[in-house]
Amino acid sequence: MNPFVYARASSLAEAARLGLDKGTFVAGGTNLLDLMKLEVVAPERLIDISRLDFGGIEERPDGGLRIGAMVRNSDLAADGLVRERYPVLAKALLAGASGQIRNMASTGGNLLQRTRCYYFYDTAMPCNKRAPGSGCQAIGGINRSHAIFGGSEHCIATHPSDMAVALRALDAAVEIERDDGARRVVELESFYRLPKDTPHIETVLEPGELITAVLLPPPAALRQAYRKVRDRASYAFALVSVAGIVRLEGGLIESAAFAFGGVAPQPWRDETFEHILMGNKPGPDLFARATDTLVMQAAPTKDNAFKVLLLQRTTQAVLSELTGV
Amino acid sequence: METDTRTTLLDALRNDLGLTGTKKGCDHGQCGACTVLADGRRINSCLTLACMHDGEEIVTIEGLGAPGRLSALQRAFIHHDGFQCGYCTPGQICSASAMLGEIEAGWPSSVTADVAGRPDLTAQEVSERMSGNLCRCSAYPNIIEAILDVAKAKGS
Ligand SMILES: Cc1cc2nc3c(=O)[nH]c(=O)nc-3n(C[C@H](O)[C@H](O)[C@H](O)COP(=O)(O)OP(=O)(O)OC[C@H]3O[C@@H](n4cnc5c(N)ncnc54)[C@H](O)[C@@H]3O)c2cc1C
Ligand code: SF4
Ligand code: FES
Ligand code: FES
Repeated sequence: MNPFVYARASSLAEAARLGLDKGTFVAGGTNLLDLMKLEVVAPERLIDISRLDFGGIEERPDGGLRIGAMVRNSDLAADGLVRERYPVLAKALLAGASGQIRNMASTGGNLLQRTRCYYFYDTAMPCNKRAPGSGCQAIGGINRSHAIFGGSEHCIATHPSDMAVALRALDAAVEIERDDGARRVVELESFYRLPKDTPHIETVLEPGELITAVLLPPPAALRQAYRKVRDRASYAFALVSVAGIVRLEGGLIESAAFAFGGVAPQPWRDETFEHILMGNKPGPDLFARATDTLVMQAAPTKDNAFKVLLLQRTTQAVLSELTGV
Repeated sequence: METDTRTTLLDALRNDLGLTGTKKGCDHGQCGACTVLADGRRINSCLTLACMHDGEEIVTIEGLGAPGRLSALQRAFIHHDGFQCGYCTPGQICSASAMLGEIEAGWPSSVTADVAGRPDLTAQEVSERMSGNLCRCSAYPNIIEAILDVAKAKGS
């Protein structure tokens, strides 16, 4: 590990100020330290934000929820309100990592965890995300875990978070604070940036900006599911995951919100797919038609073509679980 | 104690404090051999810096029990032959001791049928909750029996 200066921030404002001055925030440390040990990243100055008060899990006046950035993944998944009203979020969190890691991992850090692309981790290899302009070894190389949507000729890495997939289906937003105390709220939909020709820039966060919370709208329909397919039954990243929320009315699908993990550089959502479902009677034909459309734009690579069918079938299974047909 | 900013909690325990009960397997959060309790919660000591834990109570396997005053989990691991080489065992036992508290507190897991309800104490639940602790000798069946025994004796 490269030497660095360590500072524990005493306030949000101080953290943001230090962040502007070549600082890197450390929350749970579970992703950052992993990458620092391998020298994939080498911060000059670490700013420990783990003891700052970002607030806990609080109900908002509109009936939604505010989740402070340092709320640990395990506490979020165990929270009574989350389990009752946003079960898809609890399920997604519990499908990720291990009990120990969830005890450390924070809400903010989880959103900002980096890709698990093997070449990103291997400093002997070219990688546009780690070393801009050096090339992408995954395109044309080993790319079984990579994206089938949203990639570019510069990067086809996936975003590894399970939590973010559920949050995307729930229409969550991210609360962000600058060093001067100004706050802004960005919908998760616009928080991540597609790789295009700058895969090293992953979100709309500016230097020094802190995530202070995740905001959830009032609970959506209660038919919620999260399904994750991976190489082993537990403690592995998703090959494909599906977060689904459905409301049925008079035997028809009144509303549908779906987000997909393991298939794109950010939690993926597809409006056309949702529109095909809405207003229609659930059944295998409808599910097949909708999932055919879902993968129409898929651009699989040499090793990950299996994800196309896997995504369709996992989505059909979730639809069937949610609608009971 | 004083140590380099780069020192992980794991290295501080083993190298600076000489507490070698906590093991280093992967050093990247993937095996659980380094599991300790920080203010009562199980964490991977390899993925965190010692300086981030200033003022906290850290309990390692040495603190859970020692020859002559073994904890219930330690006795159960011996009774059920819950190890072969023993390298993963300190991490397994630290992890299990906190995990039982998580079940008691009603925390769900990804195999809990109703995420809003209380989890049952089953082999499937224990095995899912212990998935962050790998055992290269694959003593899993006996590890799970040992943990279930202690959990049932506690009446949780
Ligand atoms: C073995 C292993 C298995 C895993 N499996 C899974 C899995 O199956 N599914 C899954 O989803 N995840 C998995 N993870 C990843 C894990 O969820 C993340 O490492 C964790 O959520 C990151 O949170 P953290 O608080 O530890 O972040 P840190 O490592 O502290 O920070 C990560 C990044 O976020 C920045 N940051 C943190 N907080 C803030 C903030 N408030 N404002 C601005 N910037 C901030 C940091 O500067 C850093 O760049 C796994 C990790 C490991 C090690
Ligand atoms: S896919 Fe992205 S992260 Fe992986 S090697 Fe290519 S540029 Fe790097
Ligand atoms: S040594 Fe910490 S998890 Fe493997
Ligand atoms: S007993 Fe050998 S690794 Fe578990």
